[in-house]
Amino acid sequence: MLKYLLPIGLFTVLAGFLYFGLGRDKQTLPSPLIGKSAPIFELARLDDPSKSFSNSELAGKPYVVNVWGSWCVGCRQEHGALLEIARRGEVPIVGLNYRDDRDQALNWLQQLGDPYVVSAFDDEGRAGIDWGVYGAPETFLIGANGKVLKKHVAPITVEIWEQEFVPLLPQAKAGSP
Amino acid sequence: MAAELGHFALILAFCLTLPQAFFGLMGAHWRRPHWIALANRAVAGQWVFTLFSFACLSYVFYHNDFSVLYVAQNSNSELPTFYRFAAVWGAHEGSLLLWMLVQATWALGVAAFSGNMPQQMTSRVIGVLGVISAGFALFILLTSNPFLRLWPAAPDGRDLNPLLQDPALAIHPPMLYIGYVGFSVPFAFAVAAMLEGKLDSLWARWVRPWATVAWMFLTCGIALGSWWAYYELGWGGWWFWDPVENASFMPWLIGTALIHSLAVTEKRGLFKSWTLLLSITAFSLSLLGTFLVRSGVIESVHAFASDPGRGLFILAFLCVCVGGALGLYAWRAPLFRSNAGFAPVSRESFLLFNNILLVAATVVILIGTTYPMFMDAFGLDKVSVGPPYFEAMFLVPMLPMVFLLAPGMHAAWKKASFESIKKTLGVLLVVALVLALAVSVGAYGWNSVMTIVGLTAAFWVAGASLVDPINRWRNGHSLPASIIGMSVAHFGLALFIIGATTVESYKKETDLSLKPGQTTEHAGFEFTMTKLEDVAGPNYQAVQSEVVITRNGKQVAVVHPQKRVYRVQKNAMTEAGIDAHWHRDLFVAMGEPLGGDAWSLRLQYKPMVRFIWFGAAIMALGGLIAICDRRYRKRVTVDESAAAAAGAKTA
Amino acid sequence: MKQLFLAAILTFFGLQAFAIDTAPAFEDPALQARYERLARELRCLQCRSETIADSNAQLAADLRRQLRELMAAGKSDEEIKTYMTDRYGDYVLYKPPVTGRTLLLWAAPALLVIGGVIVAVIVISRKSKLPDTDPADPGLGAS
Repeated sequence: MLKYLLPIGLFTVLAGFLYFGLGRDKQTLPSPLIGKSAPIFELARLDDPSKSFSNSELAGKPYVVNVWGSWCVGCRQEHGALLEIARRGEVPIVGLNYRDDRDQALNWLQQLGDPYVVSAFDDEGRAGIDWGVYGAPETFLIGANGKVLKKHVAPITVEIWEQEFVPLLPQAKAGSP
Repeated sequence: MAAELGHFALILAFCLTLPQAFFGLMGAHWRRPHWIALANRAVAGQWVFTLFSFACLSYVFYHNDFSVLYVAQNSNSELPTFYRFAAVWGAHEGSLLLWMLVQATWALGVAAFSGNMPQQMTSRVIGVLGVISAGFALFILLTSNPFLRLWPAAPDGRDLNPLLQDPALAIHPPMLYIGYVGFSVPFAFAVAAMLEGKLDSLWARWVRPWATVAWMFLTCGIALGSWWAYYELGWGGWWFWDPVENASFMPWLIGTALIHSLAVTEKRGLFKSWTLLLSITAFSLSLLGTFLVRSGVIESVHAFASDPGRGLFILAFLCVCVGGALGLYAWRAPLFRSNAGFAPVSRESFLLFNNILLVAATVVILIGTTYPMFMDAFGLDKVSVGPPYFEAMFLVPMLPMVFLLAPGMHAAWKKASFESIKKTLGVLLVVALVLALAVSVGAYGWNSVMTIVGLTAAFWVAGASLVDPINRWRNGHSLPASIIGMSVAHFGLALFIIGATTVESYKKETDLSLKPGQTTEHAGFEFTMTKLEDVAGPNYQAVQSEVVITRNGKQVAVVHPQKRVYRVQKNAMTEAGIDAHWHRDLFVAMGEPLGGDAWSLRLQYKPMVRFIWFGAAIMALGGLIAICDRRYRKRVTVDESAAAAAGAKTA
Repeated sequence: MKQLFLAAILTFFGLQAFAIDTAPAFEDPALQARYERLARELRCLQCRSETIADSNAQLAADLRRQLRELMAAGKSDEEIKTYMTDRYGDYVLYKPPVTGRTLLLWAAPALLVIGGVIVAVIVISRKSKLPDTDPADPGLGAS
């Protein structure tokens, strides 16, 4: 007798999962870097190719890494928010200029403003791979102890900064999770 | 004007689905012939208005009316006329209208060809079909209306996705839909039988042709999609286990189980619960497929629409239809238990395994397709389940099934004795093994054990499927269409397996750079690019290369692969140059320009690849032959059949 | 005109579903075959429904380059896959790893077949004890 209830039982389970699946955000991938030490990169500076910059120079202090490119429409969208975040001065923002043309990138910053304390030039995308970048813009929060605390994919807004990043700042500053 | 007329016609069609459903179901329940007649009229009316609505949509496409949003999104003034019609079903909204039209046509078919069946039954069937049509009509009107206007009108349209501008892809959706929607008929018959509380072998005889026709069209639709992907997408693959492809394959597998289970119910009055459940499941999987493609739940390169709002509607509809049917099943199925049995070795046993293994294969694919979604729902890591998983796991149930097929075909009902046939089957198995070795090791070289296993199974099935017809013909026994159809269909399956096994085992591909005047060698052939020229198409600009293929100095073929850029959407598309033969394809596709007139090319050698689609076509042909059997055209009443069966000896 | 057109092709990204590797193949055919196999097991995260072997996206090209470099450095399949999942998570593998969480996925086919056979055996043993025909519905017989 019970066996006749099996089909509808299974269907109900399936339907439940489908219902769950509807609301989920399919696009965002969880980052395996959260909680781990931020990958170290050493790249030429965007503004001065003869000088190099490594994020190891920022050890002991929290910082934000923002992956951007002049070719990236979303980066243009979020640029205003980044300028505002930079203006507030809570945390320095480091730019990772991903797969870009140096001149175009510099022009872009000149036209739109530069929220970055420095931008590293990752034209081959190798640093991007280390950071698990799959679609700019991406924004990371790194703690003073060098661990990745948060990753946000898609254009950042001031709201998202205030609601998702700012609450983590004490933890970031403290240096230990 | 035409758009508004189309919209209005659709509303009228929806209105008519309601009396179709109500009078169809209640007319049968309360035994009111007048109501049943009304339901039939509603079916005809609904069909007329749906057809008119579809015609209006076609009209606005033909006349490039870019004030209709859907036309502006999917067409363009430079689009050739043929593709303007195909664009009608090129995206979400229009394809749903096509679904509705196909659904209405099937319902009309049932109403028209129901002469042999009791009115009680067909009225319920039409009623259920009315419920389904009502659901789709509501879905279109509320969430996916193709007749919405765009003010101010666009000066020109966004063009049809260039991938879809192809003859095979123009007919692929209609074929698929005829199949998907066709399974709603056995579904409706199942619900009707459950509502009536009666399910017998005569019911199975009525349902079988409907299920077989739906299955045939689905076979053709899937094969067309595979063939199109092969020559159009440029990477030479023919199946990617993409969620949407799986969504079409699952109903096909269940449909195959269904037509076999129906055979048992028709001949012996057994497997009633199985047949009922399979009837419900086939259409449920069609609906599930629709849900997966349009709700954004699963990522796919095929996905139509990623709209959770629409997804919610379909999910609710799914729950009503499938949940309702399965609830009925839980209630009524115990009624249909048969008190007859069969021997452990018998045709029924083999078909039981057939059912089980096909269902297992379907569940494997379902799990693989939805697993990423489950993991996500539980907040676990996102995983990917792709071809490496499916290619391996699909064989787990399928390999045993293929090997059971050869003896199974020759098993007698009730109690099978293999005495007379086992020598023949044994010889055929040895011959199959020898042939497999000859083809694989002999012709192409050693690949793997699986290659031999696959080819042996295929050759064995091929041989076994010819035994019965040949014997009957030689001994002057009757050779009804159903026997011929069965043999042809199984033979087609064998051809498919030969094609798939050979091409996957022995294909050779390479990427390289070539410029005019250069020659390269691949898979025993020489490829020379002779020239490169610009070619203009109706709505695209292309670079075409000419590649001459020779073997041992003799010219084998000249192909003209192109790299096109479609002017409106600006996508680059590859048109591969293919030299096709029954036993192998040579496939040349252009990649990127590398500077200095050189281009990157992908060259592929694909042995026996055509057998894949040829095998599928033969399978469908087998189905067609089977339904031409005389017994489906004889009018058999309930009393006559009982007398015949009681007196007759079952073979 | 041809220049402009070539520029158009070079500039615009296509909807085509495959990418052609413009880097030279490995000298050793076994190594090349391994490269092609691994490239088919890694998902392109930009064009989500394609492998890095087939995808036209920039990220796919970058990951193919990375794959080639890792292989040239002598890394094993496991090490390469770990490299990728460390950065992108399990999602990047088209062949899901066999972990506790995917156990059901990998075990399902065999379990289903075994379960099916058990069901079949139970049904057949029951059915073999029943009489030939059910007078209520003897079936319509052969054609």
